[in-house]
Amino acid sequence: MRILLLLLLALTSAPLSVSGAEDSQARGEAIAREADLRDRGFGDNRTVLTMILQDRKGRTRERRLRIDTLEVPDETRGDKSLVVFETPRDMKGTALLSHAQILEDDDQWLFLPALKRVKRISSANKTSSFFGSEFAYEDITGQELGKYAYKWLSDDVCGELDCYVVERLPLFRNSGYSRLVTWYDTAEYRVQRIDYYDHKETLLKTLTLSGYRQYLGRFWRAQTYTMENFRTGKTTRLIYDVYKFQTGLTEEHFRKGNLRRVE
Amino acid sequence: MSAMANCPRSNRRRAALSVMALAAILAIAPVDSTAAGEWELSGSVTSELRIFPGDPAFPGQDANHFSPALSLEPRLVYEWSEGADRLTFAPFLRLDATQSGRSHADLREANWLHIGDGWGLVAGIDKVFWGVAESRHLVDIINQDDAVEDIDGEDKLGQPMVNLNLLGDWGTVSVFVLPGFRERAFPDSGDRLRGSLPVAEGDATFDAGARTHHVDLAARWSHAIGDWDLGIAHFRGTSREPRLLSETRPGGETVLVPHYDQIGQTSLDVQLTSGAWLWKLEAMTRSGHGARFAAAVGGFEHTVSGIFGTNADLGLLTEYNYDGRDEERAPATVFDDDLFLGARLTLNDVQDTSVLGGAIIDRDTRSTILFAEAERRIGDNWKIELEGRFFLNVSDSDPIAGIRKDDFVTLRLSRFF
Repeated sequence: MRILLLLLLALTSAPLSVSGAEDSQARGEAIAREADLRDRGFGDNRTVLTMILQDRKGRTRERRLRIDTLEVPDETRGDKSLVVFETPRDMKGTALLSHAQILEDDDQWLFLPALKRVKRISSANKTSSFFGSEFAYEDITGQELGKYAYKWLSDDVCGELDCYVVERLPLFRNSGYSRLVTWYDTAEYRVQRIDYYDHKETLLKTLTLSGYRQYLGRFWRAQTYTMENFRTGKTTRLIYDVYKFQTGLTEEHFRKGNLRRVE
Repeated sequence: MSAMANCPRSNRRRAALSVMALAAILAIAPVDSTAAGEWELSGSVTSELRIFPGDPAFPGQDANHFSPALSLEPRLVYEWSEGADRLTFAPFLRLDATQSGRSHADLREANWLHIGDGWGLVAGIDKVFWGVAESRHLVDIINQDDAVEDIDGEDKLGQPMVNLNLLGDWGTVSVFVLPGFRERAFPDSGDRLRGSLPVAEGDATFDAGARTHHVDLAARWSHAIGDWDLGIAHFRGTSREPRLLSETRPGGETVLVPHYDQIGQTSLDVQLTSGAWLWKLEAMTRSGHGARFAAAVGGFEHTVSGIFGTNADLGLLTEYNYDGRDEERAPATVFDDDLFLGARLTLNDVQDTSVLGGAIIDRDTRSTILFAEAERRIGDNWKIELEGRFFLNVSDSDPIAGIRKDDFVTLRLSRFF
C-alpha cells in the first residue's frame, strides 16, 4: 500500500518538474505565505484539549492538557508556547515552556512540580515523541514559515474541498523528515492533511485535521488532529474543546521565571 | 492516628502546626461566592517497602530486613482573581513501621501567592529549588533537607518565607526573608541509615542568639540568555547543614550534638545548552564554617536519541564534585573529590518508563555509592518505582561509615488523585 502510494506520488509529480522547478517553488511559497498571512494577528490563545493515545490493538489512554500560545510578530523569531498537564495525575502541573526559533534549536524548559525544579532541556532531538504520543516535538512547536523551503506539487481534491498540495522541506537541523506533503484547501488556506516522509523516503505518518471552526470571524482552528503512524501502527488524536483568542496573555506569562507559578 | 503517638515530639508539633496553618488558610480564603474562586485537591498516597539485605552495623538497630511504610501527600489549592491569587496547602505524612525516626509529618507548602504585573509575592511555607547539577544540589540552600525521608538530598522540608520575585527582560530577581529555621531531623538510634553515633537532636546549639527564630536572608538573580541559563545568589543566615560535635554524656555515652553556624554563601549556577549536550556548573563560596572555602560541581549530560532504532533516549551523565571545606570546622561532606557517572534510559512510551543508574566514586578513598532507580506508570493513576542504593569500599573514617551496612532497595507503589 505504502509502495503504491509512493509510486502514485512519483507518477503525479513527475510531469510537474517539466513546468519548471522555480515556478513550483515560487508557487509553493506563495501558498504557504498566504496561509501564514491569514493567521497573522491572532495575538494569543488558550486551549484545553484531550490527547488520546491509541496503540496497535486499539487500546486508548487519555491525557488532559492546556496549551497557551503567544504570537511573536517578529518573523525572525518563533511563537512562544506553554503546555501544562492536568492528567495523568502523576504529571499534574508538569509544564513545558518553548520559545520557538526559526532555524536554531528552540529554547525549552521543563518544570517538574515534585522538586519545584525548572530544567532547561535539549531540543536538538526534534524527532523525539511528545510525551509518549505519535507527535514529534517538531510537529508541535512552531510551524513557522521560515522553517521550510516550499514546492507546489499539484492541485487535488481533498474530501469535499479543493486543495493545493505543497511539499515542505525542513531547513532546520535534525528534522526527522525528508519532506512534508501538505494539503491546503483553496478556499481558506487551512491545512487539511500532512504526509510525513522519513529520510528513507517512506511515508511515516499522516496528520488529518478536521472540524474546522472560525474564531473572531477570522482565525480557523481544527477541533481534531489525528496523527497516524504507519511504522508503529499507533494513532494519537488531539481533541480541542476550548479555544480562547486574545485573552490578554503577555510575554511575562511565557518567561522562564514564571514557570514555578504554573499550576 | 495512634501511630502518631509514636512520633517524636517535634513531629507532633509539626502536625499541630499544619492543622493551625490549614485553619488559617481556610479563615483567609474568601468565602464570598462572587469571588468565583476554585478549589482543587490532588496528591498521592504511597505504600513502600524498604529491604535491607544485610544485618545492621550497631547493636540496638532494628534487625528487620523489611521495613514497610506509608506516605500521604495531598495538595489543596484555592485560586481566585483568575489565578492571580492562590492559596496552597500541601502537608506530608510518613508512617514507617520499623524506622521510628522516619515517621514524620511536615508542611511542604502552606502559602499565599499573588501574581502582579511583572512581580509575584509568596507569603507562607514554600519550597524553592536552585541549581542545575544532578549528583549534588550544592547551591540549593533555601529549604532544609528532609534527611529522614531519603538520603539523596532531593526531599526538602517546607520553609517559612516572604519571597518577592521581579520579572523582566533582564531576568528574575528574587528576594527571600526567611523567618523560622527548620532543624534537620536525624534517624533514631534504632533506625537503619543513621550515623556511627546517635545524634542528640533536641540539644542542638546555634550561633544565633535567637536560635531557630533568626531571620535569614537570600537574594537571587537568574536569567536565560540565548543558550545560557545563569543564576547568581547570596544567602546570609543559619547553615542548613549542622556541624555534629561529639559530646560524652555523664553515663559515658558519646553522642553527636548538632550545631548550626551563621554562614554567608555566594553561589553561581550555569547551564549551557548546546545541541544534545547540557554543560553544567554549580559553584559556591562560604564563610562561617572555619576559613572561607569554595566548592563546585560541574559536568555534562549528553542525550543519545532514538537508540536501538526505537523512541528511547539514553542520557549520559558525568559530573565532578570538589569541596574545599575544613574537615574540623565545617560539616562533613562526601563530595570532597568525587566523580559521578550515570546513565538514564527514557523509553518515551505511554507509561513514561525510565531507568537511571550510576555511581558516585571518591577519587581518594575509592569509597563508592551505587544507585539505580526505575519508574513506570501503571494505567492512568498508579506509578511503580524501584530504587537501590549500595555502599562499597567505605572506610571507618568516611562520613558515611555509619550506613555502610545499610544497602537498601525500595519498592514503591503510588496512587495519584
